[in-house]
Amino acid sequence: MNNSKKSMLKHPLAFAITAAGLALSLSASVQAAENGKFRIGVVTFLSGPAAGPFGEPSANAAKVLVEGLNKGQLPAPYDKIGINGAEIEVVIIDEAGGAAKQVEEFRNLVQRQKVDAVVGYISSGDCLAIAPVAEELGAMTVFYDCGTSQLFKEDKTPQYVFRTSLDAAVDNIGAARYLSKVRPDAQKVAGIQQNYAWGQDSWSDFTHSMEQLMPKAKVVESQMPKVFQGQYGAEISAISVKRPDIIHSSFWGGDMEALVLQANARGLLEDATAVLTCGESAIDRYKDQAPNGMIIGGRGPFGAFAPDNALNRWFKDQYQTAYKTAPTYPASKMAQAILGLKHAAENAKVEPGKIPAPLEIAKAFKGATFESVSGTVKMARADGHQAMQGIAYGEYQYDPASKKGGVQNVIAFSGECVTPPDGTTALDWIKAGFPGAQCN
Amino acid sequence: MRLSKTELILLGVAVLLAAGGVIAPQWLVFLLTMALAKAMVVQGVVMQMRAGLVTFGQGLFFCVGGYAVGMSGHFLNITDLALLLLIGVGAAVLLAMLLGLLMTRYREIFFAMLSLAFSMILYGVLVKSSALGSTDGFNVKAWTLFGWTPASGQAPLALFIIIVACSGLLAVLLHRYSRSSAGMMCEAIRENEVRVEYLGQSPRWVLYMNYVAAAAVSALGGGFMALSAGHIDPEMAYWITSGEFVFIALLGGTAHVAAPFIAAILFAVVRTYAIELVPHSWQMILGFTLLAIIVFLPKGLWSLFTGQARRAKA
Repeated sequence: MNNSKKSMLKHPLAFAITAAGLALSLSASVQAAENGKFRIGVVTFLSGPAAGPFGEPSANAAKVLVEGLNKGQLPAPYDKIGINGAEIEVVIIDEAGGAAKQVEEFRNLVQRQKVDAVVGYISSGDCLAIAPVAEELGAMTVFYDCGTSQLFKEDKTPQYVFRTSLDAAVDNIGAARYLSKVRPDAQKVAGIQQNYAWGQDSWSDFTHSMEQLMPKAKVVESQMPKVFQGQYGAEISAISVKRPDIIHSSFWGGDMEALVLQANARGLLEDATAVLTCGESAIDRYKDQAPNGMIIGGRGPFGAFAPDNALNRWFKDQYQTAYKTAPTYPASKMAQAILGLKHAAENAKVEPGKIPAPLEIAKAFKGATFESVSGTVKMARADGHQAMQGIAYGEYQYDPASKKGGVQNVIAFSGECVTPPDGTTALDWIKAGFPGAQCN
Repeated sequence: MRLSKTELILLGVAVLLAAGGVIAPQWLVFLLTMALAKAMVVQGVVMQMRAGLVTFGQGLFFCVGGYAVGMSGHFLNITDLALLLLIGVGAAVLLAMLLGLLMTRYREIFFAMLSLAFSMILYGVLVKSSALGSTDGFNVKAWTLFGWTPASGQAPLALFIIIVACSGLLAVLLHRYSRSSAGMMCEAIRENEVRVEYLGQSPRWVLYMNYVAAAAVSALGGGFMALSAGHIDPEMAYWITSGEFVFIALLGGTAHVAAPFIAAILFAVVRTYAIELVPHSWQMILGFTLLAIIVFLPKGLWSLFTGQARRAKA
C-alpha cells in the first residue's frame, strides 16, 4: 500500500509522456500519405476460414491487376497507366475481426492513410456497417463481393457507396431458372445451408423462386448445420433417406468442398443432382472427387463463366503466370471492382495525372457502363449504384486426360431476367412472380 | 464528497483526454472511443478477477447492452443517448440478477465455462433470429442527447467527449468500490473464501452483487460500442470477443482502476498498426505482445507504474 502511494506521484508524468508520445508517433504517419499516387485501400479476408477460398484469390487479383495497370499493359480501354495517369498504390487490410473493428479500420484507411478509394468487403455484415460510415466521411467505396439484399435498403440515398457484385438473390433466382430448363421434371428438392444470414437468405430466395418456376417440385428436406462444421454425416443421412432429385446448397469455401467429398463418397450425388451456388470457387480442386453433371455457379459471369474477351484473356494469363492457377470468381470480382473504379475516375473529367475527388468519381460512377473481365457491366440498379449483370450456371465436367475440371451445358440469364427492379425487395419480387423480367 | 489524490488525477486525465480529442485527428478520436468502450467491459472482467473469478463470457453483457441500445432505437424509436444506455444497463442488470443466482454457486474453471456457455447461448439465439439480421446484425440509428442532435460529422467527437466523461466518473466510482469494504471483501474471497465465511460474511452474496455490478459496467461499454460503431452483430457475444476482454485484462493487470483503460488503448493502437504494417500476420504481433507481458510483467502493464516489476527481479 505505501508503495502505491509513493508511485502515485509518478502517474501524471507517466500519463503525460505516454499520451504525448502516442499522439506524436501517430500524427507522424499522416503526412506521409499524400504522394501523388492513387491510393486504394483493399479490404479482404487474409485470415480465418474465408481467406483461402475468397480472400487470397482476391488479394492476388488486386496485386496482378494493379501491377499491370501501373505498367499500362492492359488491353483497351484500360491501357492508360495507373488510374488517370497516376500510379496506383495498394494498402491491403485484413477483413477478419467483425464489423465494429472494420468500421474502425475503415476510418483509419480514410482518415489516417488518406486512401482515395476503398475496394473490398466479403462479409455482408461488414458492408452494412461500412456503408453509413462511407457516406458520413464522403469516402469513395466499392463493395466487390458481399451479397446482402439489405445494403441499399438501409443506405437509401447512396452517394459514395457502390457495389459491382450481384445481390445474392440473383444466385438463387438464377439457380431456380437453370433447374427449370435442365431438370423440369424434378419432383423432390432438398437443401443444406450454413445456419447464418447467408444460408438462411439463400434458402428462402431459392425455395420461393422454385415455388414460382417449378410449382410441382416439393421441398422434402432442409438441413441447417452450423457454419464451419466440416462434418456432415448426419445431414447427408437425413437427406439421403428422403431420396431427393435436387440438393441445393449455398455452402462456400472449405464447408462446400467437405460436403461434396462426403456426399459423393456416400453416393448421394449420384442419385441426386447437387446445385452449388458458390461451386465454381473450387473448380480446380474437385478433380474426380465430384460427379460430372453437378450444377455449379460462380455468383455471376465470373471465373469459369467469364466470357472470352481480350480483357479476361489478359487477366487469366497474368494470374496464371503469377500464381500457377486460374483465377476463380472472387478474383474476377476483385478485378471488376478495380476496373469499375478506374473507369469512373478516368471519366470524372479532371486533367490527366490528377486524382479526382471522391464526389467527382462518384458522379462518373453513377449509372456507368464499363467493360470488365466478365463482359459489360451496367450500374443499373439502386439509383445507379448497384451493378446489374447476368448469371450463368453449368454442369461440372472432369477431364481425366488433362486432369482439369470445367463446365459444360452453360446457360446464361440476362441481368433483366434475374435482378429485381428498383423499389422492390428481392423476396417481394420473387413472390409476385418476377413481374417485368425479360428472359432470353 | 471529498476526492482523493488518485481520483483527482483520474478526473484530470479525463479532462485532458477530452480536450485532446478536439485537436486529435478524427481516426484517433474514433479509435479511442472504441477502446474506452471496450475498457468498460474489461472493467467488468477485472472486477470479477479481483474476486478470483475469470469470466470467459463477459461478451454476454457487452452484447445485451449493445442489442438493447440497437433494438430500442429500431423498435421503440428511442434516440436519446442517455435513455438508450440506461435501457442497455437495465436489461443487463435484470439478466445478471437472474443468472447470478446460478453463477455464484460456481468457482474457477466451472465459473469460466458456465459464463462462456451463457454467452454462447445468446450468440446461438441471435444467429437464428433472422428478424434481427442473423449474423449480419443491423445498423444502429443515429443518437441525440436531451433533444440536441449533433451536426453531421460531429457525432464521433461528441460521443468521444461523452464517453471520456463517463469513463472518468466510472473510474472514480470503481476506485472507491475497490477501496470499500465490499471491494476488499472480494479480494478476501479470492485469498480464502472459507475464512470470509468464518468472519460472518456471505461470500456468495458479495459475489452476486459484484457479478451484477460487473454486468452493468460491461453493458454500458456495449451500449457505447453500438452507438460509436453504428452496427451490432451477434459476434459481440461470441467467445472470441469475450476472450479478447480477458486478454486486455491480463495486459493491464488488476492492481489499479486505470489499468484496463491504458491496456485497452494500447491494445487498440498495437492492433491497428499491426494490421497496417503486417496485414497477413497481425495476430502474431498481438500474440507476442501478450507473451512478452506475461513473461516480463506478470502483474500486467500496471506493474510498470508501481515498480513491482523491478522488485520482483531483484
